[in-house]
Amino acid sequence: MTGYDIRCVPVSETSVMLYLADVIDAGLAPAVGETARAILDELPEVREVTPSYTSILVEVGSLGSDFEALAGALSAIACRVLETGESELLGKLIELPVYYDPEVGEDLESLAEFAGLSVDEVIGIHTGREYSVCAIGFAPGFAFLGEVDERIAMPRQVTPRSHVPAGSVGIAGRQTAVYPADTPGGWQLIGNCPVSLYDPENDPPSPLEVGDRVRFCPIEREVFLERGGHV
Amino acid sequence: MSERLPGLVVLQAGVQSSMQDLGRFGMAGQGVSQGGSMDLHAHCWANRLLGNNANDATIELAVGMAKIRAESDLQLAITGAEMLAELDGSPVGNWCSFPIKRGQVLSLKAARSGMRAYLAVAGGFLLDKQFGSVSAVARNQLGKVLQEGDVLCARGVGACMSRQVPSRFVPRYDDAIELRVIESYQISQFTPEQLKSFYAASFTLTPDIDRMGARLEGAGVVAPEVGIISEGIALGAIQIPPDGQPIILLNDRQTLGGYPKLGCVARVDLPKLVQARPGAGVKFVPVTLSDACSEWREFCDYFAI
Repeated sequence: MTGYDIRCVPVSETSVMLYLADVIDAGLAPAVGETARAILDELPEVREVTPSYTSILVEVGSLGSDFEALAGALSAIACRVLETGESELLGKLIELPVYYDPEVGEDLESLAEFAGLSVDEVIGIHTGREYSVCAIGFAPGFAFLGEVDERIAMPRQVTPRSHVPAGSVGIAGRQTAVYPADTPGGWQLIGNCPVSLYDPENDPPSPLEVGDRVRFCPIEREVFLERGGHV
Repeated sequence: MSERLPGLVVLQAGVQSSMQDLGRFGMAGQGVSQGGSMDLHAHCWANRLLGNNANDATIELAVGMAKIRAESDLQLAITGAEMLAELDGSPVGNWCSFPIKRGQVLSLKAARSGMRAYLAVAGGFLLDKQFGSVSAVARNQLGKVLQEGDVLCARGVGACMSRQVPSRFVPRYDDAIELRVIESYQISQFTPEQLKSFYAASFTLTPDIDRMGARLEGAGVVAPEVGIISEGIALGAIQIPPDGQPIILLNDRQTLGGYPKLGCVARVDLPKLVQARPGAGVKFVPVTLSDACSEWREFCDYFAI
């Protein structure tokens, strides 16, 4: 890994931001995820970590006069993870089944038209690679996955839909994601995944963590319904 | 010695009354919000009056208009917004603890000053924690938003004295507030002129204030035209969206955001904001990180957080 630039700056009385890079790179996700986990495991004063594309917000009970010591410890963990490169082997690979069809993916046909491809080609390209979980946010379990092949990249809807059903698989620019719950949203919808990505009764509530890898597998309507999907 | 007592029965829940403790930590990586009592000062005093731990749950009454019946003899405390509490029709002082006998009904009116009141029970409420906290975050389907008929069990404790918060610690909830700002995040991307106009501006708190955040309106602050990579949002972060109207992010905020932020409101000033009514005037002044940190540590030490 090259080109990383570790900086640690205070944000509030209880939080500091650890920046690992200045530009988005899906290849950085495993290191961000592993650094966040290691910080939470190794530093007892840390009570919360919020990993994102290039940064980790770290929260402690209160920033004492020892900010420099904390910043040093955080940077040291990040350096260690980035330099060993072991993190790239640590992310889980999760396969998510998707029923790709206009009846659950309202924008599948218009995306194919936008891309100048057939619907089957769009599905083949979307399922044809592994994605990295770069960040989880927007809503619990909503994982920003990067990056989709340029050929099927498409901007968000100009006006977001007021209702996107849970399980919807969408594309926005070169990102793709599964909506864990019914919510408003503006991504281009191409299918639906019957696996729950946020259930507060489970521990952990979401199977995904930053740094994990996701591969989508196409399933037929019948299998989709059997696995709890709704049309 | 403690025992499980049938504590309180909710006869009338009010609007968005919820159980809150100090919040849920360690789950932001999955996109789960922290939650927790919005007015930490009032929450901590309600528990302290009863000898509870600061992290014991209180009922956060967001609007008031609630009625609660005791199923056992208990000691309660109420702090925060003035909701003219009555026990079987007799007035009960705010910022006080008081005994309630089995069968008695505590009723609260709509808030007269302030917005949120906190009700604690001696020994604490007995609630199942989810991921280390009982805090309700409705959007995340976690914790408990009160509904008519709910029974809230309490940990039984022996008799305790009725006490009152010393008047010097009882805040007055004003309709003009000043919030101190720890400058951080994208502050260096705002020009000196943009910052000058931010600190000179008088903002108004809009009705758009809830557990996620508070929207202000005013002359407007020009936001820097830079793309921000989505990053973690700290409590009290001041976000400047393209329309220039600041949003202060509160307990149930999203974990990540991509708008420029010029810093965070000092934590000890947040109670003023969450108790202010829509229409209140809001001004900002800068504070140094070290001053804000010392005040926050003093607060934490005082309440043993």
